[in-house]
Amino acid sequence: MMDLSGPDLGMVLYGGAVALAVIGAIGVATATHLVRIVLAIALLEAGANLLLLLSAYRFDAIAPIIVTGREGVDSMVDPVPQAMVLTAIVIGVGIQAFAMSTVLKVHKVYATLDVRVLLKKMEQEIDAQAGVEPVSSPQAPDRAGIPGAAAKNVEF
Amino acid sequence: MNWLVLLIVIVMLAAAIAVLSLRNLLGALAAASVVSLGLSVLFVILRAPDVAMTEAAVGTGLSGVVMAMGLRRLGLWRVEATSSEAGAEAERRLGLAQPVTDPEGERHDV
Amino acid sequence: MYRVTSLLFAVGLTVLLFALVSHLDFGHAPMVVGESVNRLAAEQTGAANFVTAVVLGYRGIDTLGELAILFAAATAAGLVLGHKRSENSRREADGGAILIYGADLFFPLLLVVGLYIILHGHLTPGGGFQGGVILAAAFFVPVLARPGGGLNHRALSIVEGLAGASFIVIGLWGLWGGGEFLQPMLDKGTLGELVSAGTLPLLYLAVGLKVGAELAGLLTTIAETEANE
Repeated sequence: MMDLSGPDLGMVLYGGAVALAVIGAIGVATATHLVRIVLAIALLEAGANLLLLLSAYRFDAIAPIIVTGREGVDSMVDPVPQAMVLTAIVIGVGIQAFAMSTVLKVHKVYATLDVRVLLKKMEQEIDAQAGVEPVSSPQAPDRAGIPGAAAKNVEF
Repeated sequence: MNWLVLLIVIVMLAAAIAVLSLRNLLGALAAASVVSLGLSVLFVILRAPDVAMTEAAVGTGLSGVVMAMGLRRLGLWRVEATSSEAGAEAERRLGLAQPVTDPEGERHDV
Repeated sequence: MYRVTSLLFAVGLTVLLFALVSHLDFGHAPMVVGESVNRLAAEQTGAANFVTAVVLGYRGIDTLGELAILFAAATAAGLVLGHKRSENSRREADGGAILIYGADLFFPLLLVVGLYIILHGHLTPGGGFQGGVILAAAFFVPVLARPGGGLNHRALSIVEGLAGASFIVIGLWGLWGGGEFLQPMLDKGTLGELVSAGTLPLLYLAVGLKVGAELAGLLTTIAETEANE
């Protein structure tokens, strides 16, 4: 494995795992569509799983399964992180399914999946239930007066 | 072997960027499945056949099916991107190719 | 402003993760627990697959917690979506000849593969989680082919409850036998044979049935939700 010419295996794999996790985190932070946020959480999870499993790898080791006899027990990779990742993957899909059903419910109630529109609708709902007028700051950009000013930020 | 790993990692990262940048959510879902598939191949290379099997069955198969059923219920199951002019314009202006809001995502049926 | 903040966040996360990663020596894992597990697992549990030995033997209570989380997620999804499919609602067309015959053809094959993977979990790669997902797929493909037929949610929850209860009962059996909770019981048998490793295959069978029933119910619940008009 080490004699082969090529890129450094550890650097490639660690770099890939970190990049995957960072891309997922950026997606969670910047995406505006709820379904895309759920997908980004899955990416973040994939990066974390890869990172955890990389810590178990040993050069010139075999998978932790006895095939014949007892030989090879001394040169096996670590089974404990593998069991943890196994658990994490299965929990991940359960969480993802729950998130998807929540998204379905949100779409049924609010008829939108854009987080910014959703925030506005929820604030309006809270204001209406509290019985107060929507608070308007004097510094706030005039959304009602200028046509198109609102559409620049949020499209309904 | 090292080149194979490098190739898989590059494909995975490209697919991960595609998940965030594709306008069509069905395409984004397919890209997420590609990430998961590459991950399961990497798990085999890292001597973890159990985990690779789980990732292939759960991450690639089941979570894709769950999300696809959800997209179908949401009315976002569209194979070709029917992006309106305004949407493409807004996307170009933002640069990040993030759909500010899916203009047709709110009313389309299956 | 918003994008600058998220960019800073991403840069910070990258720096943090690389600081973590730079302390890890790739390819030379400091195996403290793993070394002992690899040395002792074959004698202590009788399983040839050490990942199974860890999942069900050494960290069995962890698996029980995982099953609880999965159960909570499936139940919560069912609660959020609800079962409100009225009979006179718009019926969906069935999946067409290819999907229907394909589903009928694949159902027994998927069932056999799923059970094989579950029952050989202590010998070869695989086990309750992977096989359970395949079982769920086996029961869900016919639902895709014939929408409206649906799965019997009551039967699914009975299977799920029985499997979960038997997992706990096997765990309590170890406690009653004078050991720890979820201690492997029964004869260890010969390493590498199908009937070996004591209670581990039984535990994995319970896990597989529970995971399969839960995920099949979850998928059917999402599939039966009313389409948004």
